[in-house]
Amino acid sequence: MDKVDGDYWKKKIEKLQNDNPGNNPEYSRWKESTLEPWNKKTNLQEKEYINSSDISIKELYNSGDLRKGQEETYLGSPGEYPFTRGIYPNMYRGRPWTMRMFSGFGTPGDTNSRLKYLISHGESGLSIAFDMPTLYGYDCDSKRADGEIGRCGVNVSSLRDMEDIFDGIDLGKVSTSMTINAPAAVLTAMYIAVAKKQGVPLDKIAGTVQADILKEYIAQKEWIYPPEAHLRLIRDMMVYCTENTPKWNYISISGYHIREAGSSAVQELAFTLADGFYYAEMGKKAGLDIDKFAQRLSFFFNSSINFFEEIAKLRAARRIWATVMKERYGAKSERSMMLRFHTQTSGYSLTWQQPLNNIIRTTIEAMAAVLGGTQSLHTNSYDEAWALPSEEAVKIALRTQQIIDEESGMADTIDPLGGSYYMEWLTNKLEEEAYKYFDEIEKMGGILEAVKKGYIQREIAKTSYRRQTRLEEGKEVMVGVNKHAEEEEQPISYLKISPKAQDDQIEKLRKVKKARNENEVKKALKDLEKAMLDEEVNVMPYIIKAVEEYATLEEISNVGRKVFGGWKEPVIV
Amino acid sequence: MADGKNQSLFKGRPIKILLAKPGIDGHDRGILVLAKAFRDAGMEVLYAGLLPTPEEVVETAVNEDVDVIALSLLNGAHMTVFKKVADFLKEKNINDISVVGGGTIPDPDKSKLEEMGITGNFGPGTTLSVIIDHVTKRAAEARELKML
Repeated sequence: MDKVDGDYWKKKIEKLQNDNPGNNPEYSRWKESTLEPWNKKTNLQEKEYINSSDISIKELYNSGDLRKGQEETYLGSPGEYPFTRGIYPNMYRGRPWTMRMFSGFGTPGDTNSRLKYLISHGESGLSIAFDMPTLYGYDCDSKRADGEIGRCGVNVSSLRDMEDIFDGIDLGKVSTSMTINAPAAVLTAMYIAVAKKQGVPLDKIAGTVQADILKEYIAQKEWIYPPEAHLRLIRDMMVYCTENTPKWNYISISGYHIREAGSSAVQELAFTLADGFYYAEMGKKAGLDIDKFAQRLSFFFNSSINFFEEIAKLRAARRIWATVMKERYGAKSERSMMLRFHTQTSGYSLTWQQPLNNIIRTTIEAMAAVLGGTQSLHTNSYDEAWALPSEEAVKIALRTQQIIDEESGMADTIDPLGGSYYMEWLTNKLEEEAYKYFDEIEKMGGILEAVKKGYIQREIAKTSYRRQTRLEEGKEVMVGVNKHAEEEEQPISYLKISPKAQDDQIEKLRKVKKARNENEVKKALKDLEKAMLDEEVNVMPYIIKAVEEYATLEEISNVGRKVFGGWKEPVIV
Repeated sequence: MADGKNQSLFKGRPIKILLAKPGIDGHDRGILVLAKAFRDAGMEVLYAGLLPTPEEVVETAVNEDVDVIALSLLNGAHMTVFKKVADFLKEKNINDISVVGGGTIPDPDKSKLEEMGITGNFGPGTTLSVIIDHVTKRAAEARELKML
């Protein structure tokens, strides 16, 4: 790998600080001569205005708050480096964002029906949620999985389940996002196997597998093996997919879960991009050309309730990624510098109390995602603090996107907030704070070391506790929770997962096991074990072979458990 | 701990509480906040980490002689998994450890959990003071039984 500049972050911070505005004479003049006398006369009670990133917000911004070279160096135009204003020249005029609703519950049959329901109501991309046992590599008949089948997403124990999820859906025509991390290679192998069975050529299958294991150790906590083992499997998948599935994006670098775990916007920005840089270095180390694989990395951000902060975060993310890919990692192709991302509105911001209010929260967050230039969007349903969404609730969530797209005029012009003093100042500020985190992480020996030491997790836990404390003290408001609360909350009707889903899955798995060729399964698992033991061998073809023989998710995961062992996280609290 | 009676109950030995996410669930934001909050409220806090089985949770609780087990799940499996914790305690004839719960728990499930002796069952948006008061009350019940 080319040597990267160890002082890069420090120099970058110096450069930004050098370009930062100094005194703001017009603001000072106005404040002294107009604002303060007014505040005094009207008896204004001083209050603290800060956002999630603990950044103090002034009551007014003007041109004196912008950087030197703001327009030419830092802003630019859409479709051009550094892509602050958007990655495409025509943005939503060319194509609206993909409306991609994260769905999955119960049995593969239940999920198949929900997917078809969403397609029939205008959804443009599929997104599959898996249940907890699937996410952790356990089959439906595992003792550990009791009570959890289909509860948080759809259960997949063998290739047969994957066949059923996509029954009647042409994999050559849809794009599919799969939120799966620890067993990502196995689920990707299953998707490839289903495509083969449907007769769809591999260069036609399109979609994304999340496979961002670093953020699992940071936030979502769904792992099977130690970090290095998962990273090796992801490397193998990167190499295999770069060669075989040109439209399959193999890592969706996710800030969503980092934010949901309690981070601030700037922590989400910094930790997610730091993960991204790690994968860029990993690809280079594996011998891939940065301009061949960087364009296959995509991102996944949260959009929470502080409207302007979220938009600024998304704009800053684009600029940082483009700059660092070019300057530090030597990308030449502009496609490698474009940060493409999916956004989901914040689950944490939803309240169990007065659930219909959640429709409004989701709308504000979806607007921020669109004004921030997202490529695809999931809008949460109002009933999700209660349970997985009902059909009625999920339809309102989809309609929210359609109203923003087709009625509001919000998508008519590109980056409509670009040039707003506040927006540009806030974008600059979040960018600078993110660079400070990159420098900090580098000093700790890189993101993997920082995670293994528990530093990142503790930073997030600290922020989360502070936020909770501020809520308790009434310094922050959640309507219906710590203000405007009502005594009697009426229960709403919500989706119930039948316990029958578990029984049906177990019965189905029994039949799959009975019908398969045991000798072939054993052989495929043995070959996979050998491949896993040799760091130089790419395991992907072996995993594909094993799933095609109907080896189960847990059987395949157990080979890895034997070879790599498990993982216990460092103490966070 | 506002209650004077509780004060004397916990004199010399603060409330000891085991926090656990039994089952397969990595959503730990809430439980990590609670761990800090309980500690700030003067309790002795044990955290079972991620992915313990219900058996392991009960075993730790008994070995450590805690006053309260606080369970959290946001994966919808509470009706099966919380029940297992209550059942294992019953199997071992343990009545001096209180069990409280929280997470994404729909209303109709709450009364069923109460019948199993699992109280609280606080959803998103519950204030820390409400949870701390409830835990203190349940800890007092456990402590009284321990003193018999």
